[in-house]
Amino acid sequence: MPEIEKVPAKKKLGAVADKVYQNAWDAKERGEKIGWSASKFPAEIAETLGLAVCYPENQAAAIAAKHGGKRMCQHAEDMGYDNDICGYARINLAYAAGFEAEEKPMPQPDFVLCSNNICNCMTKWYENLAKMHNIPLIMIDVPYNNTAEVDDDHVTYMRGQFDDAIKQLEKISGRSWDEKKFEQVCANSNRTAKAWLKVCSYCQYKPSPFSGFDLFNHMAVVVTARCKVEAAEGFEALAEELEQNLKDGKSTWHYEETHRIMFEGIPCWPELQALFKPLKEKGINTTAVVYAPAFGFVYNNMDEMMRAYCKAPNSVCLETGVEWREGICRENKVDGILVHYNRSCKPWSGYMPEMQRRFRKDLGVPVVGFDGDQADPRNFAVAQYNTRVEGLFEVMEEYTARKGENSK
Amino acid sequence: MKNIYTLGIDIGSTTSKCIILKDGKDIISKSLIRVGAGTSGPTRAIKAVLEGCNLTKEDMSYILATGYGRNSIDLIDSEMSELSCHAKAAYFLFPDVRTVIDIGGQDAKVLRINDKGMLDNFAMNDKCAAGTGRFLDVMARVLEVKIGDLEHLSAQSTKVVNISSTCTVFAESEVISQLSNNSNICDIVRGIHRSIADRVAGLAKRVGIEDAIVMSGGVARNKGVVIALEEELGKKIYTSPLAQYAGALGAALYAYEKLLRRNK
Repeated sequence: MPEIEKVPAKKKLGAVADKVYQNAWDAKERGEKIGWSASKFPAEIAETLGLAVCYPENQAAAIAAKHGGKRMCQHAEDMGYDNDICGYARINLAYAAGFEAEEKPMPQPDFVLCSNNICNCMTKWYENLAKMHNIPLIMIDVPYNNTAEVDDDHVTYMRGQFDDAIKQLEKISGRSWDEKKFEQVCANSNRTAKAWLKVCSYCQYKPSPFSGFDLFNHMAVVVTARCKVEAAEGFEALAEELEQNLKDGKSTWHYEETHRIMFEGIPCWPELQALFKPLKEKGINTTAVVYAPAFGFVYNNMDEMMRAYCKAPNSVCLETGVEWREGICRENKVDGILVHYNRSCKPWSGYMPEMQRRFRKDLGVPVVGFDGDQADPRNFAVAQYNTRVEGLFEVMEEYTARKGENSK
Repeated sequence: MKNIYTLGIDIGSTTSKCIILKDGKDIISKSLIRVGAGTSGPTRAIKAVLEGCNLTKEDMSYILATGYGRNSIDLIDSEMSELSCHAKAAYFLFPDVRTVIDIGGQDAKVLRINDKGMLDNFAMNDKCAAGTGRFLDVMARVLEVKIGDLEHLSAQSTKVVNISSTCTVFAESEVISQLSNNSNICDIVRGIHRSIADRVAGLAKRVGIEDAIVMSGGVARNKGVVIALEEELGKKIYTSPLAQYAGALGAALYAYEKLLRRNK
């Protein structure tokens, strides 16, 4: 029997992400209603009801990565949106208003699904979308977690909204809720999350079998297609490839791994190459990223699902946020941290000076911040970034030399 | 025994500086050209520093560049960030130093260094000209005075005119409005120095201040800023006549160390 050629996981995953948007175009053409969803809205509901959904955050990141961010942000500013507003929001609001984006087109929405576990900017952003198109806004309000444990009252409050969202979407889709299908969708979602977290966990090996920057490329699938079995299969295939890399001593990081760092925050999508360049030149592999595993929702029942959706970088208290990140740093053996002070994301960047102080104190590693933006290239200066990376490298070299002296 | 010469080049945003060291300790020539990265400044500064000691490029055993324009020089052996170079120079000039405040043309940085003179931690200004040398350039232009006169004007002040905006553009409007209100120019200059000091002190506090504190970079030549920072931090700040050359000096010192390591 002829041997079947194995499709690389990267190709499989690329096809999964493309299919999400193609499904939405096809549904629109059939006259079905399609939605736009916040990336951390419980995707299980729309999937169970067979509703096609697109993801504005993912679209904005893709447009920004293909250098359309500045143009779209300027359109939004011309409409009256302030340049202090999140770059994703500005790009998407411009698109919703009819400004085209060849970089990542998607059909206009018939309803929007919003949850504020991402941040509170989402609420106003989606209210604007709903008003602009005169369409329903289905909102799940996720209370901010002031304590490490999610309060039972919060779970009850979210569960009530979850059930209400189902009722609203039943009306929109004209379909009835199917508990059996929901169970299968949840199983797919968990399988994807576990496979995704397994992929992320390969960064713990020294040297790492892959470049941590790859996670930024792969995460589109976990954002847009986590309830689909193809997403789970794609990440399982990727995990297998990484396991093989590990056995063969191979890596997608093609440079000497002189140092390992955590990258804190959303990357500057328009400047991924510029972000990566000084790191690769110095042999600094990004073996920990906060943004990527933040999408690994794992749960065993409805209560746990509510709790899982409560945990997002901007919806947990400082203590939980620090513990979470320090755990990632320890597991992935980093010897430095690079913090993105993201002009688009005030809630995330606002508590970073205190986090920086704690990382340095608790982990004993150097921490350096740089200014940038997730989508608006006007807020990033490459020369300033390079100097900070070089400074971080020189301090990490010094720390390593000192450790060597102490161990003699 | 043959002398060893190392050349440190600091290509900043507004100036180009060079220093030649003999045997890693004696400064035998230095040069400063008042234009920086992307101009004729680097070439002219190198030419001037070599002429200053009658040596040629071939006599240099190791050349190291630093500063924003460090990647634009062809003849170098290696490059390092200005952070490490300023730390190195401060330690060379003041062996007790633990905190370095460097205000350059377009950035301000505070460095914590260890007892071996190595960079341990640092903080830099965000993407804004507030608290940098450029801020002073703009204010001097508005006041129609030379940048070098700010120090003397500030020394004659009897009270501080508060400049509340940290943004260079807004502070410029504030200064213009103070001038039209007939405020004393000396008091305005003192307010400008206080504004820079406020901004930089915030960075210093974030890194953690430990004695001795040394200020380097071109702005360290302005005693008015140094005094304002001393008042803000409640600490003595040391400066050197070589403050503006600190990046180049650090580069020349690192060049010597790298040479020794290479020859081992």
